[in-house]
Amino acid sequence: MAAGLAATAVVRLGKAVKNVSDIILEMKGITKTFPGVKALEDVNLKVKRGEIHALMGENGAGKSTLMKVLSGVYPHGTYEGDILFQGQICEFKGIKHSEQLGIVIIHQELALIPYLSIAENIFLGNEQTRRGVVNWNETIMKTKELLNKVGLAESPQTLITNIGVGKQQLVEIAKALAKEVKLLILDEPTAALNENDSENLLQLLLEFKKHGITSIMISHKLNEIAKVADSITILRDGQTIETLDMKRDQVDEDRIIKGMVGRDLTHRYPPRTPNIGDMILEVSHWNVYHPLHPERKVIDDINFYIRKGEVVGIAGLMGAGRTELAMSLFGRSYGAKISGRAMINGKEADLSDINKAIKQGLAYVTEDRKQYGLILIDDIKHNITLSNLNSISKRCVVIENQEIIQAEAFRKKMNIKTPSILQKTGNLSGGNQQKVVLSKWIFAKPDILILDEPTRGIDVGAKYEIYSIINDLAGQGKGVLLISSELPEILGMCDRIYVMSEGRMTGELNRAEASQEAIARYMTKTRGTRHANHGQHV
Amino acid sequence: MQTMVSMFKSNIRQYGMIIALVLISLLFQILSDGTLLKPLNVTNLILQNSYILILAIGMLLVIITGHIDLSVGSVAAFIGALSGVMMVTNHMPFPVSVILCLLIGALVGAWQGFWVAYVKIPSFIVTLAGMLLFRGLTMIVLNGMSLAPYPKMFQKISSGFIADPLGDSHLLTILIGAALAIIYILIELRNRKSKLTYQFEVIPAGLFVIKLAVISIIILAFVFVLSQYEGIPNILILLSVLVIIYSFVMNKMVMGRHIYALGGNEKAANLSGVKTKRVTFWVFVNMGVLAAMSGLVFAARLNAATPKAGTNFELDAIAACFIGGASASGGVGTVIGAIIGGLVMGVMNNGMSLVGLGIDWQQGIKGLVLLLAVAFDIYNKSKSS
Repeated sequence: MAAGLAATAVVRLGKAVKNVSDIILEMKGITKTFPGVKALEDVNLKVKRGEIHALMGENGAGKSTLMKVLSGVYPHGTYEGDILFQGQICEFKGIKHSEQLGIVIIHQELALIPYLSIAENIFLGNEQTRRGVVNWNETIMKTKELLNKVGLAESPQTLITNIGVGKQQLVEIAKALAKEVKLLILDEPTAALNENDSENLLQLLLEFKKHGITSIMISHKLNEIAKVADSITILRDGQTIETLDMKRDQVDEDRIIKGMVGRDLTHRYPPRTPNIGDMILEVSHWNVYHPLHPERKVIDDINFYIRKGEVVGIAGLMGAGRTELAMSLFGRSYGAKISGRAMINGKEADLSDINKAIKQGLAYVTEDRKQYGLILIDDIKHNITLSNLNSISKRCVVIENQEIIQAEAFRKKMNIKTPSILQKTGNLSGGNQQKVVLSKWIFAKPDILILDEPTRGIDVGAKYEIYSIINDLAGQGKGVLLISSELPEILGMCDRIYVMSEGRMTGELNRAEASQEAIARYMTKTRGTRHANHGQHV
Repeated sequence: MQTMVSMFKSNIRQYGMIIALVLISLLFQILSDGTLLKPLNVTNLILQNSYILILAIGMLLVIITGHIDLSVGSVAAFIGALSGVMMVTNHMPFPVSVILCLLIGALVGAWQGFWVAYVKIPSFIVTLAGMLLFRGLTMIVLNGMSLAPYPKMFQKISSGFIADPLGDSHLLTILIGAALAIIYILIELRNRKSKLTYQFEVIPAGLFVIKLAVISIIILAFVFVLSQYEGIPNILILLSVLVIIYSFVMNKMVMGRHIYALGGNEKAANLSGVKTKRVTFWVFVNMGVLAAMSGLVFAARLNAATPKAGTNFELDAIAACFIGGASASGGVGTVIGAIIGGLVMGVMNNGMSLVGLGIDWQQGIKGLVLLLAVAFDIYNKSKSS
């Protein structure tokens, strides 16, 4: 069925080729192999001039690899196939080379230097010089123009470290504009942004389109794609599945998901019959101050509870204090002057350091799995067992065979796609990395799991698997606290929802009464006297 | 054949340095007309490098956690000076003095570990300060002069050989070697058996036998060479015990896992319940103890406590770790690797002296070898990823 559709799509494109100037980029028969893995196999991609072209696929489908081939990160000769840009065959030797032609890539992990100013970052490697001396006046003037274009009201001299992720993303885009970009590639540009900032960014892309800039956008967020994209190419397992025209093919979300995972996903959230038991965690009058600015209150008198078998959501805008709340609970890994009471299973719990928190049955799956969740240079098995090594050791000696058995069991149970548990976690795709982190915490046998954005940057198929794992944990009688910026996820998964704003709980909703509108209202409930961009300095 | 090739490829980092060590040894064996591997010289090689190898073990742990210790040479000198004051000036009994010295080493390590782990001052700065501080203290303690001689018993640490009740032929040495080979084979067999019961992959039986044979022959050849001179030096026993203990701790124990995890990603390790500050602190305490041990061994070998002792030891120890495959950004490295790295440096020093190269050339060549070894390592890594 999918193959048939793919064939019709190819035929349609075949007709379009005749009008050569219409196509700005064509990648033909791209094959790229890594030791032991074929990342791309005979992939074809055609992008029309002036369109926004979405590239979709599950994690590990090869989207990022394809874009790295295009931008010269993998230079000519390391892959097979041809790249035609504006009708010319290109053999890029490196990123600089592709940038000269106007192909600019903005990676998922932002590549800005925190202690340089916006202006310095924008013209990094592209300095405005006169006879080798930097002309600062010109640099700042041009930066102002660029910031205007992307709608960022910050001084060019502001340090990157002092602005939020949303604004940093805009700086990246301004940096791309400075290079006179013709083809802008964005790898999951909104993954780290809240809804407001995402919306801004999408509007900006539409604006660029009017000025004739072509964009390729990798994204997992189907609603965004539906909003801005003109056409979609779907990759699966390193192969092109199909290219769809948003208008002609009447594409809807189900259609895309089917292409990505190769099957119908009728339910985006697996069903679960809640079986809610006794109180498992009760937090009262929790107060936390900022570690560097001790007068700033980050968490303000928060009360909440979780019961056995319950999935409780925390919604909120970026900087509302959700991560700070979770980390301050988890062994005081964030914040200063923490006060308040935490009861676990009816008894006052000592959570004064991380080890004690783990012993009390708490687990915290971090928001940023690469920086805070995994030892990327170490293998899967060592990562899984790290927080509970004592359970597989005798007199402080690790029983390695036990470890292999445990890790192997998790690989099967969690469906971690890897040739071996000896694979380094740095080589895994985002979804599989997240499964390793979850395995680690399930192996620690907690009663309460705090999951901070567990599906960020993960494709639909893997998301479904993660949701199933969460349901499974709740089914075992564990309490789950789900922090998420995606409202549909919160609504689809949680039995009860708390909403935070500016470090306070502004609302609590039952599954029945919850709706996007209701949550959004609580999310934006401010005290009016303070600015909204506090916190988020973990 | 194919499994062998793939095995070789996957272990090239570890084997690469062993092969380099063998090649360098052969080169100098030829250049020095067979002097390098003469029993007397092999024994000398062990005695000359023991104190650097002891430091390299401690330094490896420090480097795995992502830190560095520049003070170890000065600390070794400082402890050497104290041991001189205790044993030479005040005639304290040698076991008491040694234990006191190791304890003081631990305190020195605790002092530096405190600043690094709890105050979060970069180890480069803390130990640079330590390097100056303890060198200064050494000169104050010794008043600028050397102290000698040490009691005979103490000297035996570095210059003694295990007594051989079986006469001059050093039969005991050979017997110990044979026992070691048998123990090695038994351990390997047990590992293999337990792997088979768990139904894990093992290397083919033929290859396994070859591996056992080669390593056993190396052990036997080594003790045979030693038996041709005075037998097994005491210091070799000490060194072997350290290597075995530290390899075990790093590979098999929870503590070792925590050290690797901390070096690989401190934040993630911390959030996984590894007590990162405490681990860092103890790694420095351990370094202090081993630096003290190294200082004692050096003083015993020289039979004197001198203010200049331990100069540049830290650089040799650091070089040994990096030649042996440790990563400057932390999280990677093995005890055996550091020992092999130290031996590469040691054989080159010794070989170049035998050939008659001046100290000027020796320095330069050693520098280049360090650079090339690390370049080779990085090239290998980038190729495999």
